[in-house]
Amino acid sequence: MSTEAFRIGFVPLVDAALPILAHELGFAEAEGLALTLVRDVTWATVRDRLLYGHSDAAHMVAPLAIATALGRDRPATAMAVPFVLGLNGNAITFSIALGEACGLGDGLGDPHALGAALREVARARAAAGRRLRFGVVHRYSSHNYMLRYWLAEVGVRPDSDVEIVVTSPTFAADALAAGEVDGICVGEPWNSIAVDRGVGRIALATAQIWRRGVEKVLAMRADVAAERGEATQRLIRALHAAAEWFVRPDTAEASAAILARPAYCDAPVDAILRAITDRLRLVPGGAPVAYPDFMFQYREAANFPWRSQAAWLYAQMTRWDGRGYDPGEAATAAATFRPDLYRAALAGTGAPLPGASSKLEGALGEPIGAGSTQGRLLLGNDRFFDGRAFNPDDIPGYLAGLP
Amino acid sequence: MRIAIIDTSTTRAAIIAEGLREAGLDDQVVIDPQGPLARQIEACAPEVVLINLENPSRDLLEDFFAMSRALDRPIAMFVDQSDAESALAAVDAGVSAYVVDGLAKQRIKPVLDVAIRRFQAFSRLQAELAEARTALADRQTIDRAKAILMRRRGIDEPAAYALLRGHAMQSNRRIAEVAEAIVTSDALMGDLP
Repeated sequence: MSTEAFRIGFVPLVDAALPILAHELGFAEAEGLALTLVRDVTWATVRDRLLYGHSDAAHMVAPLAIATALGRDRPATAMAVPFVLGLNGNAITFSIALGEACGLGDGLGDPHALGAALREVARARAAAGRRLRFGVVHRYSSHNYMLRYWLAEVGVRPDSDVEIVVTSPTFAADALAAGEVDGICVGEPWNSIAVDRGVGRIALATAQIWRRGVEKVLAMRADVAAERGEATQRLIRALHAAAEWFVRPDTAEASAAILARPAYCDAPVDAILRAITDRLRLVPGGAPVAYPDFMFQYREAANFPWRSQAAWLYAQMTRWDGRGYDPGEAATAAATFRPDLYRAALAGTGAPLPGASSKLEGALGEPIGAGSTQGRLLLGNDRFFDGRAFNPDDIPGYLAGLP
Repeated sequence: MRIAIIDTSTTRAAIIAEGLREAGLDDQVVIDPQGPLARQIEACAPEVVLINLENPSRDLLEDFFAMSRALDRPIAMFVDQSDAESALAAVDAGVSAYVVDGLAKQRIKPVLDVAIRRFQAFSRLQAELAEARTALADRQTIDRAKAILMRRRGIDEPAAYALLRGHAMQSNRRIAEVAEAIVTSDALMGDLP
């Protein structure tokens, strides 16, 4: 087996763990791959490096891969997402002042009750001519869509009742400290760092909004994925092996130590360890609180790129971009996720392979066995906090029913 | 045609500004990286924005362009695929460009060309500077190693240098590396008989 080189772009976040660990712990080497990790602090640069061949694959916010395929802000380029790097792992952190104004207690907020309190504060602030401002990491990010999903449902209209601006994750705590924003929706460790610095408190985990929300993906140019099909399969297997290792309780400290290094997150080990072990320090000086499945990297075939996840993201994009639903675009978005590549790479391993490529999202309240062509597949509670389910075959109907 | 320059390196920003002026592109604004980005851009209403690829404000800037009503036309980056080569050259050099939609390509090209050349020149300068610094540090280490050898072996300077050089050649290492080892071992064990 000849060694294949792969350059992988990433942004310093805990959920860049799988490519980093695949590189550091020999999972890539075992597949005959030599990985080079390319660190950047903006998604714009991660995307440009991918488009112009500085990287072969990238850790990317899922909606950005779809936006790129649809030609938003860049020439439309066919993209392939053969592997999901994880579900959730983000949080909404309020400034200390906003937390007090909304009556946040010591625990995580309840999405409905906290939403009702926030609605009153947001209205008062808007009436006073000082609208609340929230920072998200990118226009085309799951953070933006999760925050908006929650706000809209609890009666806070994004862009009119509150402002939503873009804040780089590495500067999110600074933005909170400087009072530039009243809240942030970012990935770890940046919420925990804001709490540790005493400038914020974690109000909600995004997993409370959607129990199994698609987060970062491995994004490639579709032509590269096709030309380097065999190597891409090896990469998928290496990442899958890294994911299996990553979720073992006894590896958390080793993972945190690696991710904390200056070349990767360049952040305190403790904050990273809390995120990995689903324990969040919610208030400055408080004891960490366990919130199961805060990050979700492996079980339930979490790495499988469901086309219905891409369709949900496209629905949110349509909802907030004001461009209107387009069946051609919906098809392009869904086709960006490539369950075929995932299956081809993991066929013959022990990994459960779903039989379907698309499913009703948010329809499961209890764990249930699901159809698989290989292995035993169990899917857990994947509810949205408002109880709505998403049918990927009826996006217009779904959009019409949203607030 | 107004050009805004956003760069985390104020030195490089000045070098680009100068290059543009030499090319007769005088209407330019260098954005203060410490100040509020969106407000400064809004105030100068540029038709072309140059920003270094590694600038941490790129996501914010793109969001501002997408949302902005003040600049009334959206600004897009490299949307014209017929000029993918320039775009690639820019990314290679480490600069990205945003242009007002509809601005004629032949007007953008010279701006991008100047920026690419200046970015490349700046990278070369930095590499040369780093090399010069290393050379200086090497020279100092070699001088210290020679002094240690002269003192401990009671030899003169040419003999000390010959010893260093001979050992470096034998062990296939750089003279500075051998010198570094001598300085380190002297620091740790120099007081031993």
